Amino acid sequence: MAHTENEILAGLAEIVNEETGVATEDVKLEKSFTDDLDIDSISMMTIVVNAEEKFDVRIPDEEVKNLATVGDAVKFIEGAQN
Amino acid sequence: MPSPRTRVAVTGLGTVNPLGVDVASTWESALAGTSTARTFENDWKERYGLSVDFACQLTPGALDSLSRPEAKKLDPSGQYAMVAAREAWADAGAPEVDPTRLGVVVGSGIGGIWTTLDQWDVVRERGARRVNPFTVPMLMANSAAANISMELGARAGAHTPVSACASGSEAVALGMGMIRDGRADVVVVGGTEASIHPMTVAAFANIRALSTRVDDPEHASRPYDVDRDGFVLGEGAGILVLESEEHAAARGARVYAYAAGRGMASDAYHISAPNPEGQAAAVREAIEDAGLMAEDIKHVNAHGTSTPLGDIGELRAVSDALGGVTDQLVVTSTKSMTGHLLGGAGALETVFSVLAAHHRTVPPTINIENLDPETPMEIANGAPVTLADGDVAVLNNAFGFGGHDIAVVVTSS
Repeated sequence: MAHTENEILAGLAEIVNEETGVATEDVKLEKSFTDDLDIDSISMMTIVVNAEEKFDVRIPDEEVKNLATVGDAVKFIEGAQN
Repeated sequence: MPSPRTRVAVTGLGTVNPLGVDVASTWESALAGTSTARTFENDWKERYGLSVDFACQLTPGALDSLSRPEAKKLDPSGQYAMVAAREAWADAGAPEVDPTRLGVVVGSGIGGIWTTLDQWDVVRERGARRVNPFTVPMLMANSAAANISMELGARAGAHTPVSACASGSEAVALGMGMIRDGRADVVVVGGTEASIHPMTVAAFANIRALSTRVDDPEHASRPYDVDRDGFVLGEGAGILVLESEEHAAARGARVYAYAAGRGMASDAYHISAPNPEGQAAAVREAIEDAGLMAEDIKHVNAHGTSTPLGDIGELRAVSDALGGVTDQLVVTSTKSMTGHLLGGAGALETVFSVLAAHHRTVPPTINIENLDPETPMEIANGAPVTLADGDVAVLNNAFGFGGHDIAVVVTSS
């Protein structure tokens, strides 16, 4: 069953918190992974790998560079699961 | 530029190991003569057919200070080293030092073997895409040194000697060199190992290196006992803060002891069998490097792994290096309590050597029921030994597969 935007955001926030220690409440749609959340490229790949498993989607490597904000990632995952 | 004879002070200590979660608890347990070898509380023996199902595992709670995200980016070997390094750095008073004059030398015999094997399991069972992107920075042998250098902002150089069971002592020796050569004022040195894994246990068991005393693991590590039958695997890290005497004095640092001499030799002999000539050469060099005479050595923290040939062979090599002048010294093998930390062993035992010089107390060798009559020196058999008044020099040996011989001399003043 497809996850809603809020479910994806909440799930992503859990992954970000687990991998980087950033508080879940700080993981908001408008936040930039690099500029606001200080997530480096390897941590970003860890988040991608975990998100793929959690939401049963595939996030191609060439897409990852387009996921600048949390909202970008939520939107991509929402679209990819359909 | 400091002269080659710049004295190297030890101003900070840190460790996590089977005896304790820090230096204080470790020393207390060591003086109490505590055995840490236990049967595994898992199904490895039944599941994999291991012939040896015990080891000296890290003290529970030793890693509690690491945050979860921190722990996830470090192999256990890196976690041990990081916790020990933080303790050592705080113990030294977090010295203010020019980052370009601060170095790190932390060795490991194997590196991130848990990460390596876990991620291979991931590839086989779940496919390549699921491999942890942090795998490479976690498994590399230099991971501990690199992460500690980043933690402390150390930019004078971060190095990782890999010389099997001599790695930790080689790190101490190379760190001394960084200060003497004028490359650094402060160097964080040590060694780490986290290799109690069914594959590693099987591999060591298959070369008959491990004790097979499965019915009585607590008494399995018994250096100098007639019935010793191999070593017991241990794990953990030992870290020391080395500092030029001048730098330590300028900031009024507490000095535990001095890293006064080092000797490094290689056997060029056999991949696993020790060669007493190489061992004696390292010991001789270390004592000479410290500017001492044989009679100055009051205590030896021996490599003493509890193997039938190695224990006595080492002491004979020491005796040879000292020209037979050994009546004044007392030997111990703290591996009787901690097991063998492999690449962490020499570093933890340098910590013990520093504490012995500082507190003038030799921790015991436990589990000797029948002292091997071939033992050529006094052993701290079963109880701590207080060293007599006067200057104390301690010799610490570490030898590794491949014929790596390292000796370090620590002095009380």
